[in-house]
Amino acid sequence: MKIRVLTGLLTLLMPAMVMAGEYGLTVDRVKIDTGDFVKEGIGYNGASPGPVMRFKEGENVKINVTNNLDEMTSIHWHGLILPFDQDGVPGISFPGIKPGETFTYEFPIQQAGTYWFHSHSGFQEPDGAYGAIVIEPEGREPFRYDREYVVQLTDKHPHSGDRIMRNLKMMPDYYNREQQTVGEFFSDVSENGLMSTVRDRMAWGDMRMMKADVEDLQGFTGLINGKGPDQNWTGIFEPGERIRLRFINSSAMTYFDVRIPGLDMTVVQADGNNVQPVNVDEFRIGVAETYDVIVRPKDEQAYTIFAESMGRSGYARATLAPEEGMEAAVPQLREAARLTMADMGGMPGMDHGSMAGMDHGNMDMGSSEGVSGMDHSNMGSMDHSNMKGMDHSNMKGMDHSDMSGMDHGSMAMGKGGPSDPFYAKGSGLVPTAANGGKFLSYSDLKAQDPLYEDREPTREIELRLTGNMERYTWSINGVKYEDADPIRLKYGERVRFKFVNETMMTHPMHLHGMWSILDVGAGQWNPIKHTVSVNPGTTVYMETEVDEPGQWAFHCHLSYHAAAGMFRKVIVEGGPESTQAKTGVVAEDGGEA
Amino acid sequence: MSCIRSLAAVSFLASIGFSTTVIAQEMISDTTARKQPLTAWGVQFEEFEYRYSDDDEELGVWNADAFYGTDEFKVRLLTTGEYEIEEQAYETLENQLVGQIPISKFFDAKAGVRFDTPEGPDRTYAVLGVAGLAPQWFEVDANLYASKDGDTSAEIDAEYELLFTNYWILSATLDATVAFSEDEEIGVGKGLVSTETGLRLRYDLIDRAFSPYVGVVHERKYGDTADLAKAEGGGTEDWFAVIGARIAF
Repeated sequence: MKIRVLTGLLTLLMPAMVMAGEYGLTVDRVKIDTGDFVKEGIGYNGASPGPVMRFKEGENVKINVTNNLDEMTSIHWHGLILPFDQDGVPGISFPGIKPGETFTYEFPIQQAGTYWFHSHSGFQEPDGAYGAIVIEPEGREPFRYDREYVVQLTDKHPHSGDRIMRNLKMMPDYYNREQQTVGEFFSDVSENGLMSTVRDRMAWGDMRMMKADVEDLQGFTGLINGKGPDQNWTGIFEPGERIRLRFINSSAMTYFDVRIPGLDMTVVQADGNNVQPVNVDEFRIGVAETYDVIVRPKDEQAYTIFAESMGRSGYARATLAPEEGMEAAVPQLREAARLTMADMGGMPGMDHGSMAGMDHGNMDMGSSEGVSGMDHSNMGSMDHSNMKGMDHSNMKGMDHSDMSGMDHGSMAMGKGGPSDPFYAKGSGLVPTAANGGKFLSYSDLKAQDPLYEDREPTREIELRLTGNMERYTWSINGVKYEDADPIRLKYGERVRFKFVNETMMTHPMHLHGMWSILDVGAGQWNPIKHTVSVNPGTTVYMETEVDEPGQWAFHCHLSYHAAAGMFRKVIVEGGPESTQAKTGVVAEDGGEA
Repeated sequence: MSCIRSLAAVSFLASIGFSTTVIAQEMISDTTARKQPLTAWGVQFEEFEYRYSDDDEELGVWNADAFYGTDEFKVRLLTTGEYEIEEQAYETLENQLVGQIPISKFFDAKAGVRFDTPEGPDRTYAVLGVAGLAPQWFEVDANLYASKDGDTSAEIDAEYELLFTNYWILSATLDATVAFSEDEEIGVGKGLVSTETGLRLRYDLIDRAFSPYVGVVHERKYGDTADLAKAEGGGTEDWFAVIGARIAF
């Protein structure tokens, strides 16, 4: 009887209670074979990528991490909401894990979805120390699928992370093999005329910037789940099944444009949070982002998952097939991307006064609403005086695509060439689907179920993304992490971050510990992310409900940009009063014990 | 069963306690390498070559630099030498040790000392210079030298690269020296002293670490310096065919 009552009571308590799962990870030196080359690297449980960690929402996890390296290590649970001292950033969350030591992470799982984990020490992550996290939700998911696969991308380079950093510091174009050549000069001459081409080259030469500066790090082999294009990772399906593909970009430096020729993809989740389903033919996945898509292959045939790097210097490839060993055609890489003057729009102190004028127009567009929902009042805030002051002689030297960026008509409507409000108008980076279909934009992302009530931000913090490619220095507001004071936030406030990208590179900005609510102009339906990609020459806003005390890392997720200084510590001051009160009690208890 | 659940409950309570102690925990300060200035080093041989002149002179030549330091301060060792293979003697041998700091977006200032120890009299100079990337992608290195005896000179070095492809690269170099006073002992006259122009076509064989090249180099002496050379019985102009490799590590 007694037992029965007790069991009954416990059953009643169940919702409040959780099972505790215990997991183990070892950090090991491993061999990584990409099919193109074999290298020494770092992995988990003897392999790179490490295992897929499967957690349940509501569970308390205990993860024993044993460091078998001869150097310090750490694991950061990317995108997970947890106490700051479990976040795994040496020097911010904890001191790190010494060689030979086992560190036990312990935290409650308060979310569901696709995430990943990686080392936050040195260049261990680019050297292979990463793995996937899949969290099963407590409740039902708003979409159905019969099968699921993690599709984890990376850009495996034959050089070690330390060597890459040193080479970039010695010669910033060390790895850039898509630079403009004499041949391209002549083909541009035949297309745009001699004077126009010469002026174009002079304009870029004057800035000492390269149109070809899309990818700092080329020469990698794209891997999917640790397999190179020739090793062809294959996911098996039965025709008619719905397959959930959990895409994770664990690259050090590479954005990928992903498509599966012959299949529509329905994007259902971004950065672990459900979004209102969007059907796309292709999407761009920034470094550290995740996208979950559902595909439904109906035919008894193989399909290629093709992930081209944004700069088209490399690709990853995998296959979905009814049987192992089946293959589909592998597409050719498209032409290398080239930056335009529009991508330089954020540069301060540029000689072309005209550009600043153009820039203001673009920023308003890019940052507020999508093209469809554009508020025309924004147009009024454009600085027309700058537009008048444009130096038309410079304009001729620029790409014709830039010219459209100057045109009021096309600014409002986005006519002429591909456009996306999250790219500078006339940017050379605006992606288009290989089949001419739908390419996912940030502006398509709407939260399925907003985590927070929509409210006015309490203040705005401007973060200019800055750098100097020729010195390979990267910073925020012109200050590198080594010289920077922490960003101080107050518990309970809602901060609006304004990212102004003044560089010609795309930066995936990752705030640890708290959600990044990306402003796509959808109000309460703005998507909730952990990594926000900021394209060159654009301004992007995100808001954060400051609901986690402690101190956190906030940085560009391109490994070599973060290491070069595009990194900040964020301190959240204060905390919930109840927690603070409890803290005292617990501390006393601890003292007595 | 209930036993397991109780255990789970205990662990849950423990974790509550754990997460609340977080705030009581001291927030550590970042003393990791990330918070320190990034130090880098590199060694580059822009020229490492064999030269054969139009009057059958054979030279072994290098022009290299090594650096160590941060964005804010680097120490750089620059070394250049021309070794006459037949005579087994250094025609020139210069070593510079300079400190380097950024002074603008694309330029650094350098200061240090230069030791010349070729065959014949040695010289020691104080060095003051700027180096960086000029508009239109010209790599420029300009230096002022002052010897112990008060002889001063200036040297400018410029390089431009033309990419036939991303692996076949033609580099054009110009090096010119001007002396503000005569130093007869080492054959330097006042005014424009000499120029060295070179064209080298390289192929990046292993990354940018090893790039073999072939090329031509033209050396010429001018004015008083040319007169001094003639008086010594030497030539004032040389054409060289060169073969070598650009090396970086």
